[in-house]
Amino acid sequence: MKNLLEVNQVSKNFGAFKALNQVSISVPKGSIFGLLGPNGAGKTTLIRIINQITMPDEGTVHLDGELLRDTHIKDIGYLPEERGLYKSMKVGEQALYLAQLKGLTHSEAKTRLKYWFDRFDISDWWNKKIQELSKGMAQKIQFVVTVLHQPKLLIFDEPFSGFDPINANIIKDEILRLREEGATVIFSTHRMESVEELCDDIALIHKSNKILAGKLIDVKRKYKANTYEVGIRATNKELLQTELSQKFDISQASFKTLEDELKLNIKLSDSEKPNDLLSYLGSRGEVSHFVELIPSVNDIFIQTVKNH
Amino acid sequence: MNHLPLIIKREYLTKVKNKSFIVMTILSPMIMIALIAVVAYLSQLNNDKVRNISVLDESGLVQDIFKDSEKIKYDVLKGISLENAMLLSIKSETYGLLHIAKIEDLNTVSNHVKFYSEESPSITVISDLEDQLESKLTNINLQNNGVDLGLIESSKIKVNMIQESFEGEETSKIDSIVKLIFGGAAGYLLFMFIIIYGNMIMRSVIEEKTSRIIEVIISSVKPVQLMLGKIIGTSLAGITQFVIWLVLGGLLMLIVSSVLGIDFAQMQSPQQEMMKQAMENPEMSMKVQDIMMAFFNMPLTNLVVAFILFFISGYLLYSSLYAAIGAAVDNETDTQQFLLPILMPLILAVYIGIFTVIEDPHGTVSTVFSFIPLTSPVVMLMRIPFGVPIWQQIVSLLFLVGTFMGTVWFAAKIYRVGILMYGKKPSYKELIKWIKY
Repeated sequence: MKNLLEVNQVSKNFGAFKALNQVSISVPKGSIFGLLGPNGAGKTTLIRIINQITMPDEGTVHLDGELLRDTHIKDIGYLPEERGLYKSMKVGEQALYLAQLKGLTHSEAKTRLKYWFDRFDISDWWNKKIQELSKGMAQKIQFVVTVLHQPKLLIFDEPFSGFDPINANIIKDEILRLREEGATVIFSTHRMESVEELCDDIALIHKSNKILAGKLIDVKRKYKANTYEVGIRATNKELLQTELSQKFDISQASFKTLEDELKLNIKLSDSEKPNDLLSYLGSRGEVSHFVELIPSVNDIFIQTVKNH
Repeated sequence: MNHLPLIIKREYLTKVKNKSFIVMTILSPMIMIALIAVVAYLSQLNNDKVRNISVLDESGLVQDIFKDSEKIKYDVLKGISLENAMLLSIKSETYGLLHIAKIEDLNTVSNHVKFYSEESPSITVISDLEDQLESKLTNINLQNNGVDLGLIESSKIKVNMIQESFEGEETSKIDSIVKLIFGGAAGYLLFMFIIIYGNMIMRSVIEEKTSRIIEVIISSVKPVQLMLGKIIGTSLAGITQFVIWLVLGGLLMLIVSSVLGIDFAQMQSPQQEMMKQAMENPEMSMKVQDIMMAFFNMPLTNLVVAFILFFISGYLLYSSLYAAIGAAVDNETDTQQFLLPILMPLILAVYIGIFTVIEDPHGTVSTVFSFIPLTSPVVMLMRIPFGVPIWQQIVSLLFLVGTFMGTVWFAAKIYRVGILMYGKKPSYKELIKWIKY
């Protein structure tokens, strides 16, 4: 089985409002899957359907080849965006309770909690109440509780919110390590740089429809504009620019260089080859900079959403 | 996976370990007992005061009737004028001065009797004096008309009716009173229980919403399970609190009354005093034995079984509504609008219980309301001591359980959707829409 999670043609209506329309996604085993979309697109509804919090009106969800059912609750760890803990309950008691709800026995939960608390160096929080902890500290507890029962599928909705850069890094490393250990991760966030950094696959949901999905690298290939960022040293920059503008589709570029070069973005048509461009540029001046522009997830996100 | 026991355990332990819960559990009976003790002590203090009353009887008819009692001492003045008697009375700081003017015609006597005092006198004192004067003057009047008083006294006949049902079951006034107390206590207990612990359930649901833990929880358990766990856990905590209150209250009562010598039964108001006087008549005496008889005359097994069944289903019916309200709103201030429609039938039930069931336990109003599910738990519990046919109890219970299941289903729907809704307070229309989600 290649995919851990298969969401097939899932629709969900809330009254007259269609929250999800025939959405399908496939999450490969062992991958980090970015679930992207503007606010109100339907991501949370989809995540809740995977967690069996909400039932879909149509469509099916398969986890590890089996139709989703009650017993799968222990196979999923979910860190919701709207998260919190019982304020007046002690950290340890609370973590034990939540772990037992996920099907761990009391002693199992205790051993694992001890491991994680030692790992995060937070053992002395055990008898504190949540209201005595800072937001970041509470988030750490919440993370531990999410992963404690070693689920096959981890779903993180904005996992880094509330963390300072150091702790955000710790959490990021933990997520990567969990993936190494075999977990599959669904990752929903608006922070595109973390998507860029972590995700292998992405899906973009907009206005209840899936509008883009695939391996991040394939998506990028699809969205590359065949555009090159170039820098040329020339004696007469204006003349060279005019000459190039007649031959190619150009626009101003901005990047940092050591000399005062002519900086341009040059878009090639499908028939033109980058080598030809390079040799042409070489004949006109000294090429100091020649890079293919790879679209960022941010660009892809904005562009796709705007086009719909 | 069945997490119900786990949830019940958590709900119970959090409630019971909560500081304000512990303080309330221990302090409430103490405060109650202290309050009762203070009131009892004060009224005793008041009763102990001896009142001096001066009497100036110019008619010479009634001066021999004033016998000193524990609380009132009479000072019969003779041969002085009213003005002097008043001055004397003020000087010696008596409670008041009773003046009976010279009376020619006994029938106009009411115009010639006056009570002078610094402050307005107590009702008991006045009615006591009036009674004494009345009976004395009536006797004089009777004698004047040639009636033999001894004959009247010896001709009196007392009637104490024995009540018996057509099935041959003997009842008495005491029976009715005991039944009333039991029915009333059961109905009122349920009412209090619903209000106190229903609110507690509602607050606990709101707390889960505001602390945003709810989504974490319901990714592990079914919302219905969470709701039921909450209701059961909180109710168990409630029962614990009630039992502690009873035990602690009884114990404190015993200690306080033995140490301070305050007799709680001695708390008297003027009305009670009159009632006591009435009961002191040997024919009407309420013996402990009679009360016990009355108690065992009640359909006890039926009472206990019905109490448990109606109490549980009635309580669950209301508490699931409370849970649904908690889920529908974000904070406690928004709950008012939704609380009113569930408090109305509850209050209605108690009023019907107090006013109608006492008057006529098997009348149309009582019977009808003991079938309507929202009022039936309270009204039926109050009716049962008076003997309700089993079929009526069963039908009423079936209605109640049916409604209870419907309500739990409805509440669970609202709950399931509501717990994930934040922001604006929903309207009733939106709540109805949620059911279809």
